[in-house]
Amino acid sequence: MKVRQLAHSRTGDKGNTSNISVIAFDQKNYDKLRRHLTPEAIKKHFDWVVKGDVARYELPQLGALNFVMTKTLGGGVTRSLALDQHGKCLSSFILEFDLPEGE
Amino acid sequence: MKKIRIGAGAGYSGDRVEPAVELAEKGKLNYLVYECLAERTIALAQQAKMKDPKAGYDLLLEERMRSVLALCQKNGITLISNMGAANPLEAVNKTREIAASLGLSGLKIAAVTGDDVLDAVKASDLRIEENGESIHSLDGKMISANAYLGVAPLLEALRAGANVIITGRVADPALFMAPLIHEFGWSLDDWDKLGKGTLVGHLLECGGQITGGYFADPGFKDVDGLSRLGFPIAEVSEDGSAIITKVEGSGGKVVTATCKEQMLYEIHNPTSYFTPDVVADFSAVTMTQVGPDQVRVEGATGRARSATLKVSVGYRDGFIGEGQMSYAGLGAQTRGQLALDIVEKRLALTGVKVSETRYDLIGVNSIHVRQNPAPVDEVRIRVTGRTDSMKEAVRIGNEVETLYTNGPAGGGGAFKSAKEVIAILSVLLPRESVKAAVSYLEV
Repeated sequence: MKVRQLAHSRTGDKGNTSNISVIAFDQKNYDKLRRHLTPEAIKKHFDWVVKGDVARYELPQLGALNFVMTKTLGGGVTRSLALDQHGKCLSSFILEFDLPEGE
Repeated sequence: MKKIRIGAGAGYSGDRVEPAVELAEKGKLNYLVYECLAERTIALAQQAKMKDPKAGYDLLLEERMRSVLALCQKNGITLISNMGAANPLEAVNKTREIAASLGLSGLKIAAVTGDDVLDAVKASDLRIEENGESIHSLDGKMISANAYLGVAPLLEALRAGANVIITGRVADPALFMAPLIHEFGWSLDDWDKLGKGTLVGHLLECGGQITGGYFADPGFKDVDGLSRLGFPIAEVSEDGSAIITKVEGSGGKVVTATCKEQMLYEIHNPTSYFTPDVVADFSAVTMTQVGPDQVRVEGATGRARSATLKVSVGYRDGFIGEGQMSYAGLGAQTRGQLALDIVEKRLALTGVKVSETRYDLIGVNSIHVRQNPAPVDEVRIRVTGRTDSMKEAVRIGNEVETLYTNGPAGGGGAFKSAKEVIAILSVLLPRESVKAAVSYLEV
C-alpha cells in the first residue's frame, strides 16, 4: 500500500529547505502514517536529494504531519540547477512511500 | 458581529487576471488584496529600475488595475497590493494615470516605501543568516536589500482613507491582516489576534491554492472547473475566526483538505511562523466544513514579535548555461546517455570552467531519482552548469546544440539558454533602522 491511498501532500520551499505535508484523508489513518513516516524513514526515502536533516512536526487535530528537510534544493530556487527548482514535485515522491497493509 | 470579507486577487505575479474581476463583481468584498512579489522578484525589479527610473513595478499592474479599479470603487472595495515591487511611487503614478483614463475620481492612492534598506545593509557588519558569513562577502555583487515591513504603514494609509495601497516588500500576511486590525481595532500587542490574522493572510496569499488549485490528482483528489478557478474569500469575524469560501458558481472547491494543504505550505515549525508583526502559532488550528465551499478556520495563536526584521538581499551569483535535446524510439535512453557523456567530455576538452553541473535525462531521472526507473520511449537530455562568465555559460548550450551534427543519431528539438543568476540571501536588521513612509496621490 502506498501513502497515496491514505493521504495527500503539498511541498513548499524556503531557501534551501523543503517542507512536505502528509495529510490523512481520513483521520483514523493518521496514527498509521505517524508510526511509519518517521523522520529517519523519510530521510532514507529521499536519500537521493536530502543533504541535510529531516524534522517532523505533528498536527494530530488536522491528521497532518509536516516534514522539514534542510539542504535539499540545490542551494534554493534562486540558484538551483535543477529542472524543478522549487522541489515542487517532491510531494509526489512521498506518496510513493510503501506502507504495510492492515494495521 | 461585524464581519470583513477579504478576497485574494492573485497568488503570484503572473497569476490569472479575471478571477479578481469575478471577486470584485460578485464577492461582496470589503478588501481585495493582490500578493505578487516573490522573494527574487524585487531584485529583478530593482535591476529594471536601474535601467529605467520609471520601471521596477509589477509588469501586470496596468492590466490588473484596468480590470478592477472601477469595480472596486463602485462596490466600495479597498485594493491593497505589493505590486509596487522596487518602485511603489511610480506604481502609484501609473495607477493614478489609469484611474484618470477610466474617468474615475475621488480615489486616494497610497504608496508605502521604506523597505529599501540597501544603503543601511551595505554599511552594516551583519551576518548572513544562511551561511554565517559577513555581509561584506557580497561586496560589489549586492543589487538590492529589502526589509519585510509589517502592518504599521498599511494601517497609517487605511486610517488616512486610502482606497488603493501599493507597497514594495511587505510581509505577505500583513497585506491581509492590516485591514482586520484597522476594522476590528485589534491592539498591536494582542498577539493571539495577530496570530489569527496572520493565519488568514497565510491561507489567502497564494490565491487559488486554497480553492482547489494545485490540488487535483484525478481518482484521488478530483476538482471540477479548474479552467475557471474561483479565487478565495475569507469572511473574518471580530474574534479572528474565519470562513474560507469563494464566489458561488466559480470553479474549484473549498474543503478542509485544500485548506490543510495550504496552511502547511511553506511552513516549518507550525508553532513558530515568524512575521514582522507576530510569531504566529498554527499548531492548534482546527478546520470544519460548515457548508458547501465553506470551511471555518480557528485556533491560531501568537507570541511577541522579534526585535529584528528579515531583509532579503539580492546579489549577482554568476551565470547558468543550459542545453536540451530529445531522443525517441528504440534505444532512446542509451542514445541520450551517450549524448550526455559527449557533452561532459566536450566541456572538459574545450576548457569550459564549471563549478557545478547537472546531467539529466528528463523522463528518467531529472526530477526523482530511482534505483530502477521504468523504461521510456523518449527522453530529453538536459545539461546545466554554473560558470563565472556569460561567455562560458553560452558554451554549455552550444555544446548540446552541436550534437545535431556531431552526436548520437536522431537527436531533435535543441534548446539553449544562458542567464545571469540573481540569488537571494537574508540578514536580520534591527527594527529601528527601518523607516517606513506613506505618501498619497489623488485623482
